[in-house]
Amino acid sequence: MTTQTPAQIPVEEMSFELAMRELEGVVDQLERGDVALDASIALYERGAALKKRCEDELKRAEEKVAAITLDANGAATGTAPLDAG
Amino acid sequence: MSDLFDDPAPGQNTPEFTVSEISGEVKRTLEGTFGRIRVKGEVGRVFKARSGHLYYDVKDDRSVLACTTWKGQVSGLSVVPEEGLEVVVTGRLTAFGAQSKYNMNVEEVAVAGQGALMALLEKRKKQLEAEGLFDAARKQPLPYLPRFIGVVTSPSGAVIRDILHRLRDRFPRKVMVWPVAVQGANCAAEVARAIDGFNQFTPGGALPRPDLIIVARGGGSVEDLWGFNEEVVARAAAASQIPLISAVGHETDTTLIDFVSDMRAPTPTAAAELAVPVRLDLLAWTGEQGARLSRAASQTIDQRRQRLRDLSRALPKPDTLLETPRQRLDRTADRLPQALIKGVQNRKVQLAETAASLRPSSLRQLVKGRSEKLDSISARLTLRPVLREITTQKDRLGALTQRLETAQNARVDRQRQQLDAAGRQLEILSYRATLARGYAVVRDGDQLVTSKVAAANATSLEIEFADGSYQAASKG
Repeated sequence: MTTQTPAQIPVEEMSFELAMRELEGVVDQLERGDVALDASIALYERGAALKKRCEDELKRAEEKVAAITLDANGAATGTAPLDAG
Repeated sequence: MSDLFDDPAPGQNTPEFTVSEISGEVKRTLEGTFGRIRVKGEVGRVFKARSGHLYYDVKDDRSVLACTTWKGQVSGLSVVPEEGLEVVVTGRLTAFGAQSKYNMNVEEVAVAGQGALMALLEKRKKQLEAEGLFDAARKQPLPYLPRFIGVVTSPSGAVIRDILHRLRDRFPRKVMVWPVAVQGANCAAEVARAIDGFNQFTPGGALPRPDLIIVARGGGSVEDLWGFNEEVVARAAAASQIPLISAVGHETDTTLIDFVSDMRAPTPTAAAELAVPVRLDLLAWTGEQGARLSRAASQTIDQRRQRLRDLSRALPKPDTLLETPRQRLDRTADRLPQALIKGVQNRKVQLAETAASLRPSSLRQLVKGRSEKLDSISARLTLRPVLREITTQKDRLGALTQRLETAQNARVDRQRQQLDAAGRQLEILSYRATLARGYAVVRDGDQLVTSKVAAANATSLEIEFADGSYQAASKG
């Protein structure tokens, strides 16, 4: 896995799960209300970006089903659409 | 004598064969008499030749039957014979004339009953467990939301349909199906190859590497599911770097792959549920987080606004803040002129005190003292001691000079006397003194003449007396 801490990963590159966890943390921190005002504004902006990231990931719910095609030795050569009904 | 070699006698009816004839006859008899048969026994030693042919023994407590399965037949076996396995082999008896041996050519191997099959499975399980392949520490966590899911199953049938339906309901994802036979002889090899194949996709390669693998099969008999009990499948699943969910058979069926997979799903549908979260739940959760976020943000500002209001209320009026300092200023300002006057007076008094002791007479006194001291020192300064010293030294020099002359004269006199004494001594010791007493010295030229012979031979004789030499005539 990566050695970067979550704070170092750009929000746009975060996995859904990581973005979710970060968002939860941001909300908790804001709700506790012990953050300096300018920090809380930055925190809110980060939260908004994380929420957008999560929504984008959820919107990208894309179904595509393909079957691997094999050569005579059983090695993968490519994909073909699969209609499994 | 005639007994020593074979001599066919008339009337003898024992049939005669060549070795090849009898070998062929035995082979024919064996094959004709028994035909296709089934033999039950325990597999003994198994040897797979490099040619691909399989040689093994099937035995019971007393006898052993040699079996062969040719290379081309091996792939048709539903069970590959393993030492210790109770089997029923199907095939034909035949003979191998070149070694005078008979054996059975086996086309089909079946496990002799469920019990034997289970015993074999137990044995494999123990072995893999001993190798640590079942360890909980080896299990990889499943990704929360995989992007590509690789499914190893039959491309047709209810299983893939069920998985895709459930995925669609929960969270549609990209799915790649690696088609395999899910039962029969090729099942194990194909499934193992598929797991390995997915792992060989490189991230960013031509085919996207799945971040989750599901190995699935519907329910069936123990024999139908047997491929998933094969060691090659279990090892491929254990070696998979991609997290793997196994979903083979119904909930009550447990196959070897279930022990090594990272997660076991009771059914293929359940595998889809384990694979992805529910999208609608997540959308709702995200919405809720968004609401909490803006609520928390506005609350933060409200709280601070309130606090600001509270604090500003508690802030004192500017006038009251200045009152005390102003009073102090007034008081101090009053004292300022007086303080200046008093300061000057103080200094004036101090000056007067100091100036009083400053007078010329004290300075004069000081000069007088110094001048007296100078006079007394000057009086002591004179040349007399120096002159006295010069006289003393001059006297010493005179005395020394006289002593030197006296000593020198005495030394010269003494030496002269010594010389005279020595001269007198010399005179006394010289031969000349002897001459005066009457002796003479005779010489021939420079040679002394001391004998009569020498005098007779001399050319001239010179005789020295005390008062001079006398030339004697030579003998001639």
